[in-house]
Amino acid sequence: MAAKAYKRTYTSLQAITKATVSLKAEGVANDELATVGGKLAQVVKTKGDTVTLQVFSGTEGVASNAEVSFLGEPPTMKVGPQLSGRFFNAYGKPIDGGPEIEGEARQVGGPSVNPYKRKQPSELIPTGIAGIDLNNTLVSGQKIPFFADPDQPYNKVMADVALRADVDKIILGGMGLSNDDYLFFRHEFESAGALDKIVSFVNTTEEPPVERLLIPDMALCAAEYFAVDCNEKVLVLLTDMTLYADALSIVSNRMDQIPSKDSMPGSLYSDLAKIYEKAVQLPDGGSITIIAVTTLNDGDITHAIPDNTGYITEGQLYLKADSDSGKVIVDPFRSLSRLKQLVQGKKTREDHSQVMNAGVRLYADAQNAKTKLENGFDLSDYDLRCLDYAKEYATRLLSIDVNITIEQMLDTAWEIFGKYFTAAETGIKQALVDKYWKKA
Amino acid sequence: MRTTGKVNGIVSNLVTVTFDGPVSENELCYIKLGDTLLLAEVIKVNGNKASVQVFESTRGLKNGDSVEFLGRMLEASLGPGLLSSIYDGLQNNLKTMTGVFLKRGEYTEALDHEKLWDFTPLASVGDRVIAADWLGEVKEGWLPHKIMVPFKFRGEYTVKSIAPAGAYNIDHTIAVLTDEAGEDVEVTMVQKWPVKLAVKAYKDKPRPQKIMETGVRVIDTFNPIAEGGTGFIPGPFGCGKTVLQHAIAKQGEADVIVMAACGERANEVVEIFTEFPELIDPHTGRHLMERTCIICNTSNMPVAAREASVYMAMTICEYYRAMGLRCLLLADSTSRWAQALREMSNRMEELPGQDAFPVDLSAIIATFYSRAGMVVLNNGRSGAITFIGTVSPSGGNLKEPVTESTKKAARCFYALEQNRADQKRYPSVNPIDSYSKYLEYPEIISYLDETVERGWVDKVMEAKNLVRRGKEMADQINILGDDGVPMSYHEAFWKSELIDFAFLQQDAFDAIDALCPIERQRYMLDLLLDICHHKFEFENFEECRHFFKEMINILRQMNYSEFKSEKFNDYQQQLNKMINS
Repeated sequence: MAAKAYKRTYTSLQAITKATVSLKAEGVANDELATVGGKLAQVVKTKGDTVTLQVFSGTEGVASNAEVSFLGEPPTMKVGPQLSGRFFNAYGKPIDGGPEIEGEARQVGGPSVNPYKRKQPSELIPTGIAGIDLNNTLVSGQKIPFFADPDQPYNKVMADVALRADVDKIILGGMGLSNDDYLFFRHEFESAGALDKIVSFVNTTEEPPVERLLIPDMALCAAEYFAVDCNEKVLVLLTDMTLYADALSIVSNRMDQIPSKDSMPGSLYSDLAKIYEKAVQLPDGGSITIIAVTTLNDGDITHAIPDNTGYITEGQLYLKADSDSGKVIVDPFRSLSRLKQLVQGKKTREDHSQVMNAGVRLYADAQNAKTKLENGFDLSDYDLRCLDYAKEYATRLLSIDVNITIEQMLDTAWEIFGKYFTAAETGIKQALVDKYWKKA
Repeated sequence: MRTTGKVNGIVSNLVTVTFDGPVSENELCYIKLGDTLLLAEVIKVNGNKASVQVFESTRGLKNGDSVEFLGRMLEASLGPGLLSSIYDGLQNNLKTMTGVFLKRGEYTEALDHEKLWDFTPLASVGDRVIAADWLGEVKEGWLPHKIMVPFKFRGEYTVKSIAPAGAYNIDHTIAVLTDEAGEDVEVTMVQKWPVKLAVKAYKDKPRPQKIMETGVRVIDTFNPIAEGGTGFIPGPFGCGKTVLQHAIAKQGEADVIVMAACGERANEVVEIFTEFPELIDPHTGRHLMERTCIICNTSNMPVAAREASVYMAMTICEYYRAMGLRCLLLADSTSRWAQALREMSNRMEELPGQDAFPVDLSAIIATFYSRAGMVVLNNGRSGAITFIGTVSPSGGNLKEPVTESTKKAARCFYALEQNRADQKRYPSVNPIDSYSKYLEYPEIISYLDETVERGWVDKVMEAKNLVRRGKEMADQINILGDDGVPMSYHEAFWKSELIDFAFLQQDAFDAIDALCPIERQRYMLDLLLDICHHKFEFENFEECRHFFKEMINILRQMNYSEFKSEKFNDYQQQLNKMINS
């Protein structure tokens, strides 16, 4: 192997922090991999002849005379059709007891797609969940996170969405997954009989946090292999991106960088964008769609991690426990799919967007009525109808346990509108009312 | 002999270079990585060490790699063929690049050197000319594209010869000029200009005189932007910033649109170049793409080129302004540009300002906004650059450095509001917090008096006040309850809702409602004010609510109908009946 010829070894470290080591070395390339006392590390800074390395598994037990060997290449992974059905750790080593992958070695974290060569996303990804399909329709090539509190069933919803979506490959990037959640995903995938179209890269809470930084690059490198080389539709699941960002801040902190908002590195936006922007609709039919999870601290979306994420992704999905229906619903106010208009009314029925808007507007009126009720005011006839509507709308459409076609969702919505309101109250275009209105 | 150097340190895309000759601030250099040349820009010089920001990934770069300085700053190539192009921040043509992925160190020509343009001379032999004077003209799409004396030329020149009418490529010498010292210089159709410097080759920069129509009611009527004016749109994510900006780009009354997609989503750029070639410019009936130039440095492209992209876009606008054209520059988003500055400042270990942004952020933003404006050219004609930037305030909080600095520099403020967006009241421009300073300009007031209606601004102010009053009433009703307030409170509240639903809200995805010409805006506002002036009698607030809801529904149907069509007039009839019953 050509890389071996460059292999150089040093045994005198100058500085050791919890995540990095520094030493004097020559001919070292930026981003190059090395081993430090047997642990994998990567060059993150050179200054004169001093080189700083980030040690992925932490520097516990690294001695000042530890052996440092430079490997002469940036992180790579082997890709090939045998990836299907396999589980790997952050370094791309199998953790399922299977053999190592044989195939072409690719650099991870590679270049971006030329924006001019992209195609406009236009393929609907139906999930059966009306809170998503009706109000926040997903499109292939989209990137969208769940913004969820840690107590919400986001991993369950994500697994449902993944298994129902009509895609060729599902790639799971698990960062800081609890061992229980890891086993949950494994079980879900196995019992759905879908294991052969799934590739997983998993870093659990039992493993060092800095290792997580490799997971998205690994997962997306595999995704690019399937989408670009094999023209497949690939869905990438990334959970939990908050823990990924936390690992970024650990490294930047150890390198004495000036933190910006919420002690995150100043480059957080670009770091996250590099990952999410791998979502793409390619000219030859392949696509990469990313569904991620960003856990929130008590619903706070102004924190730097969800905030930067929101500016990068094409919308976001919120889960919410709804007291009216006693179910977990997809919050219709704060959730948004930015690409929905590319398929609504084009790949779905003509009345889709107007029905969606009317449904949400009336649900907002119900919230106002609820506030009045809580403040002890009398409710008008309209308010009362709104409240009844809200309960039915939440139960039959917003709840995450719904699994129906989009046509059925639209019919259900018209039925509920007709039950509680006049056509004028919905504010829908007359032409559509004439065609679809269902009298109670 | 060019200055050369060697790489001495690397942190991400900041590289330290030791050099052996003269080096200037903002000078470009090539770093040699094997056979690949990486373009970089000097941002700091200290002794014999220069800090350069590399416009590409520095993966694999080593200490000791050689560096060659180019002796020039980052320049834009200006000539016919800019329109309908898609460039990255360094003006590489993205269309002519090979491969699906961007290749590091692949630089492509900005302009087509083969294509022939039909040239018509405008100047004659013996004419005395200065920088930016028009020498000739070619047709670029339907626009008269002037070939000018290069902006870099200083002093007066005499036209020694000029090419006769004919088809030439951009490198053909179309004129020979003689300078004051008697030296001859050849002029082609393409000239270069360093993007970070403002083009000042004009006679005068007066105050804006008229408004630029966008077809968006909440802008044109409530907070109009002047031709040659500046405005900005701050808003949390999910408030419809991009939809609003695209609406302005599609409908803006301008000859040339330059869109700088700066650190934003790649799919948004894809949307522009997928849809624009299909769309028809409402003012000229030509394809939108023919008047559009896209500078695209999406969020996953190298950070350093993000900063360059906004300057590149502004320089291209200044070039077209010098031809006496009206340009509209849209930059989405200037926050990403500020963040790029922050990343570099951070890596250079400079002392940080607020939120870790560089301390001169405010000055940088103000200088940039000041490059927009209307100008009077040397030949007495005028041209304009209208600039609208978006700002993505972190956490949706408008008290952050980029928003605050921009507020000082821009004259129009379109505050997008989360609350309105949640209620799907689009565009989510807050009617009360937003403002346009141009409504205070006497020139603009008299322009509106003449072109729209006498006393127009007073009417606008009255409508704004009705909305403000309605908001106060809504607060009272929420506190005291529907029964706890007099009937007049309900009426005032619903009148403001009427203006909100029928005028401020607009459906950007409806073929008819998306574009509302100023004549139609005038008609609707007059109609709404008439209704608001009417004193209605209601038995109870239920009746009041019902009445106005009905009316809002009719008005919305009107908005969806062709102006003054049979259907439109029908709804008008229904409305009249309601008012008079």
